Amino acid sequence: MVTEELIVNMGPQHPSTHGVLYLELKLDGEIIVECRPNIGYLHRSIEKIAENRTLVQFVPFTDRLDYLASMNDNLGFCLAAEKLLQIEAPARAQYLRVIVAELNRIASHLLAISTFAQDLGAYATPLFFAMRDRQKVVQIFDELCGQRLTYNYIRIGGVAGDMTPEIARMIGEFVLYFRKMVNDYDELLTHNIIFKVRSKGIGIISKEFALDYAVTGPSLRASGFKWDVRKDEPYLVYDKFDFDVPVGANGDAWDRYYVRIQEMRESLRIIEQAMGAIPEGDPVAKVNKVFRPSGEVYMRTESPRGDLGFYIVGTGETFPYRLKIRAPSFSNIAALAPLIKGLNVSDAVCALGSLDIVMGEIDR
Amino acid sequence: MDIAALVQELQKKAPAAGVELTPTGVVIRRDDVPLVFGLLKGEFSFESLQCLTAVDRKGTIEVVYHVYSFTHRLMAVLKVVLAMDDLNVASVNGLWSSANWFEREVYDLFGVKFTGHPDLRRILNPEGWTEHPLRKDFKGAGVVLKPVK
Amino acid sequence: MKPFLMEIIWLVLKGIMALTFVAVSAMFLIWFERKVSARVQNRMGPMITGFHGALQSVADTVKLLLKENIVPTGADFVVWWLAPFFVAVPAIMVFVCMPFGPNAIVCDLNVGILFMCSVTSVSVLGIFMAGWGSSNKYSLLGGMRSAAQIISYEVPLLLSVLVVVMQAGTLSMQGIVHAQETGWFFLKPNLLLAFIIYIIAATAEVNRVPFDIPEAESELVAGYHTEYSGMKFAMFFVAEYTNFFIIAAIASTLFLGGWLGPVAPSPVWFLLKAYGIIFILMWVRWTLPRLRMDQMMSFAWKALTPLALLNVLVTGWLLVIKG
Repeated sequence: MVTEELIVNMGPQHPSTHGVLYLELKLDGEIIVECRPNIGYLHRSIEKIAENRTLVQFVPFTDRLDYLASMNDNLGFCLAAEKLLQIEAPARAQYLRVIVAELNRIASHLLAISTFAQDLGAYATPLFFAMRDRQKVVQIFDELCGQRLTYNYIRIGGVAGDMTPEIARMIGEFVLYFRKMVNDYDELLTHNIIFKVRSKGIGIISKEFALDYAVTGPSLRASGFKWDVRKDEPYLVYDKFDFDVPVGANGDAWDRYYVRIQEMRESLRIIEQAMGAIPEGDPVAKVNKVFRPSGEVYMRTESPRGDLGFYIVGTGETFPYRLKIRAPSFSNIAALAPLIKGLNVSDAVCALGSLDIVMGEIDR
Repeated sequence: MDIAALVQELQKKAPAAGVELTPTGVVIRRDDVPLVFGLLKGEFSFESLQCLTAVDRKGTIEVVYHVYSFTHRLMAVLKVVLAMDDLNVASVNGLWSSANWFEREVYDLFGVKFTGHPDLRRILNPEGWTEHPLRKDFKGAGVVLKPVK
Repeated sequence: MKPFLMEIIWLVLKGIMALTFVAVSAMFLIWFERKVSARVQNRMGPMITGFHGALQSVADTVKLLLKENIVPTGADFVVWWLAPFFVAVPAIMVFVCMPFGPNAIVCDLNVGILFMCSVTSVSVLGIFMAGWGSSNKYSLLGGMRSAAQIISYEVPLLLSVLVVVMQAGTLSMQGIVHAQETGWFFLKPNLLLAFIIYIIAATAEVNRVPFDIPEAESELVAGYHTEYSGMKFAMFFVAEYTNFFIIAAIASTLFLGGWLGPVAPSPVWFLLKAYGIIFILMWVRWTLPRLRMDQMMSFAWKALTPLALLNVLVTGWLLVIKG
């Protein structure tokens, strides 16, 4: 009998490629012999645009990088710019930044775990549960800055708007509500036998593999490597809070999923502490209208997907000379091809879903 | 270990290599890339290449490496300066696999050729395109704003 | 001559009634599924068309009827064109010996259950034809998966049906119902096991979660019917929901006493039991993730089939002992 290798083009339009990722799969039956990921379908030349905008003008563009965690991208860029310009945001702004970044992390993780469950064939139900809870976060952001997805809330030198008592009440209610709801996901997915047999032992990222491919974020922590920028290179006021860095044991898809669940609990702890300790004061520092950045800076923060780095080069002009965004998803997706080699298509979808990629950040 | 100590160690280990500390990073000569990075990975346990990019300095192109050591909690910024008419540098893909896509991106956007790279194709822009858009002399179709004076 | 003619007219009328039931039942089930899934997911489901969206399926049908029928380039036209019929026609044929009540049956064949099982197994041909004829790789993978799955789950399914046949001593559907007048079959432990095996195997047979591998949306887009549109797609859709109804109806006939029941008229009981099973399967569908192909196959061959075989053996012994 003559057998042939089948070449399947998975994407750019496919239900489980999380955007416009295009995988060229060479299949032997259903086993993947070779995988070639192709990216670039969402390339909007944001790095080139940055060279033609002032730093302040560029903040809204960072919203469009990781569109599921825009607050974290705002934060990463503003911290890098502030480090370059030697500006310090007021204490109240620092606490507000922590609160919104952690709220956004919860919203982003909710989508990550629910789309992962969707990839495993749990039709829409976890997704609707997650959307229901995410909606509450999004409403808080809507109250805070008038936008649901692209916030432009964190600015150079502070934040755009102060927290009103109404918003403080909403956040407090959300923390109480969500602390109970996280357990629902445990019941629905974490300990579900089918969910476990599908995701345990699939797409194992070992510690060495993760460091070799510069995989960061929950995918790195799932391999048992304790590394969190918030803890190990504290920025903002993260060093004042008491929180744990959850790690996995085997580095498989289930571990990556479960690290995210635990991280949401930790984020709740941070938010609660920050809400309790937030000082009074101005939410924005008095800063110049025109910035002339000079020198170089590389600043990284912990976005929901991993280490988000901004490398800014300035030459004294109002426009930055060069701006490089080190997107966590970019490195994580680069590890996909060796990761899914030898798996079958169902498991490849599982491994891809558990990496939690956002194409807007990969293609920039 | 801090960056100055690292540079001293490097100069001791590889006296021939022109390792030079500047305020914005460690500048090394192009031909010493395999040697210096091999030392960093092997001797100084820099486990991870976190970021690799380039800057067009009009006339030269700087390739910038951010390598991180989880053991020493140290980020080393290394730079290689390439002349515009000879944009070749050795690939570090053999040391850190994350370099694969980073180098492809730099090749795509700046036209720097990484010798020894297994799969040097364009990554973000369409294949078959000839230009390198992040170079300063790139004339795109879009509106180019003027800096505020 | 005259009674013969009457017979023919009566048969045709019965056939039309069965066909109408198929269409209405599929439309109802689609609406029902949307409503059940909406409840599971904390939402409302269709609310605009009619009372609680009751006419949504009518609107969908009109849409599907009016849609353009697209033939993919490179399709094996004859195979591609015939496939929906191979799937839809067997599903409708099964209704010939579906016992809605003591007299409400088109034709009580003496090999009723055998006829039903053999006719439904034809549909795997249609599914594979659709997968092959579309000249789409996802469809091909879906068709292959489906053929493997349906054939493997046919074994435990038929073995669990065999237990019922042994107990009832007849293949006729009405005969099986009458045999349960003294007590519904699923109350006996060996038949309860057969019932559970049947439900699991039947879920796989109709490609529903957690066995929806041939249509796995997140892997294969839509599986074997990716390339179908308009009325051709509607035929797959109707056949899917009709098959869904059929497995529930057979389960209620074989294990839950079919149309037997006090007070209410017999068709009501029959439908109540069938929709009860359907509701439970829908609930399962909207809660569980999907198994992987090899996990599902090993489950069929290593767990379900031996268990079903053992069950047949035990039932045989019990019958011999009871004499």
